[in-house]
Amino acid sequence: MAEFSTSVKDQGDVSIIYLVGYLDAHTAPALENTFSGLIERGRYMLVVNFKDLAYISSAGLGVFMAFIEKIRDNSGDIKLTNMSDKVFNIFDLLGFPLLYEIFKTEEEAVNKFKETPQQNNN
Amino acid sequence: MPKEKFKEKELTVKSRTENLSAIREFIRKTAEEAGVAAEVIDDMILAVDEACTNIIKHAYKSYPEGEIVIHLKYSDKKFTIEIIDYGSAFEPKKIPDPDLQRYYQQRRVGGLGMYLMKTLMDDVKYISIPGKYNRVSLSKNLNPA
Repeated sequence: MAEFSTSVKDQGDVSIIYLVGYLDAHTAPALENTFSGLIERGRYMLVVNFKDLAYISSAGLGVFMAFIEKIRDNSGDIKLTNMSDKVFNIFDLLGFPLLYEIFKTEEEAVNKFKETPQQNNN
Repeated sequence: MPKEKFKEKELTVKSRTENLSAIREFIRKTAEEAGVAAEVIDDMILAVDEACTNIIKHAYKSYPEGEIVIHLKYSDKKFTIEIIDYGSAFEPKKIPDPDLQRYYQQRRVGGLGMYLMKTLMDDVKYISIPGKYNRVSLSKNLNPA
């Protein structure tokens, strides 16, 4: 059974999303719901922590693509942290490091929001 | 030289995304028993997940009662995964490699799965017999020269 879950922690203006388990076409809607919920709350500065993510397929990557434009239009961003080499390799194969900032630690990603005022990215 | 000996295994599941985890487990278990290296197993699992996700979404258009047959044929030298469905015919030549900037602008990700399959596997072949079946064949050479 593929298990997947998310949890969210607010830290000032930044929300951190923790991913756990297997992110595929079956579980991707759970992550879509998490992003939709954050956007409804007006939370656009997002850090996604991949520490406990065991697996990702292109359906999971698609969720990040689906929300990034709306988030950047609202002066926010999705920054990614704590990826295993295995998960990073999939992102890398598809050229995602050009589109998303990827950090080693959650702290670095959160601090990046503090040091640079977000620009409208149209 | 003795003739290469193949082993075979097969799994049939309904076209539902909830079955992706069972499909991945089937590949992992069989490949581990066959002594395939862990990194190669990871590549094969993702390629098969992408192929089956495309079948569920495109060939069967999310109809949950379609059949997906996963047939494994492997030896010490080569591991081949044939995936058969009875959904809409598929024309891979009509699907170009993804242009990521364009996907970003259009917020579309279809096509990434096919690109991953081609990148992760040594050989990807499609056969589509309209009104009968589609078959994608994914192969990895286990001891490349």
